[in-house]
Amino acid sequence: MDVELLSRLRNGNEEAFVKLVSWYQQPMLRLARSMVSSHAVAEEAVQDTWMGVVRGIDRFEGRSALKTWMFRILVNRARSAGSREHLNVPIEALHAVDPSRFDEQGHWADPVDRWTEHSDERLDAAAWVPLLKSALDDLPPRQREVVILRDVEGLSGDETCEVLGISKGNQRILLHRGRSRLREILDAEIERS
Amino acid sequence: MLSLRRKDLVCRQAVELVTAYLEDALSRRDRRRFESHLRECPNCSAYLEQIKMTIELTGAIEPEGLGPEARVDLIDLYRRWRGE
Ligand SMILES: [Zn+2]
Repeated sequence: MDVELLSRLRNGNEEAFVKLVSWYQQPMLRLARSMVSSHAVAEEAVQDTWMGVVRGIDRFEGRSALKTWMFRILVNRARSAGSREHLNVPIEALHAVDPSRFDEQGHWADPVDRWTEHSDERLDAAAWVPLLKSALDDLPPRQREVVILRDVEGLSGDETCEVLGISKGNQRILLHRGRSRLREILDAEIERS
Repeated sequence: MLSLRRKDLVCRQAVELVTAYLEDALSRRDRRRFESHLRECPNCSAYLEQIKMTIELTGAIEPEGLGPEARVDLIDLYRRWRGE
């Protein structure tokens, strides 16, 4: 699919561009929004990215997936926009689980909830997605970037490393902390409901 | 009193291995320790289940559709970019 789309893009096929935009505008906006402090700056970064895509498509060698290549352009644009903004970086939690949940021996102090009675049951996604979205917004930026690329966009670990320019180990730590925090927030709400 | 063998994981350690486990990035030895902990620990099994459900729910976040206006703007820009 990439190959055919790519050749149409290179030929300046407008329809192919529209298709690309309709697929990736929102994912790119969401990723950019996670890296900069305002919606306007995020939109600017995405627009810059589209320009970079149109201008660079002839030089794109196809060694990575088109999506990975575009996200990498976006991350570079958003980072340079973000660094102009001097963001305060929140302190990242060091533990997957709040240490007070464990007793002195390191065992769970209280039982861990089964979110559904049977482990093969599914939670109602529509009910929890809004909470999850706002929890995602509150993650420290680097964790949020990794979680969005991995769990929302479905990139592989290697692709995510390539897009963000980080090591495998680093990617895993950020993913671990991000997912752990989202779980914690869901757990607190599910317990209350 | 229950005495822990040194090679046994406690829950506090097990939860820190969950992502590496799901990424298949644990050494064979650590993987064995982790899996044997899970077999004996319903709490950590429930925890792993919660993490998997979190991943699944995160995957259900869908981008909102692109508004027609945004699309028109971009097509205008595209024509200008190509024209330059
Ligand atoms: Zn345990």
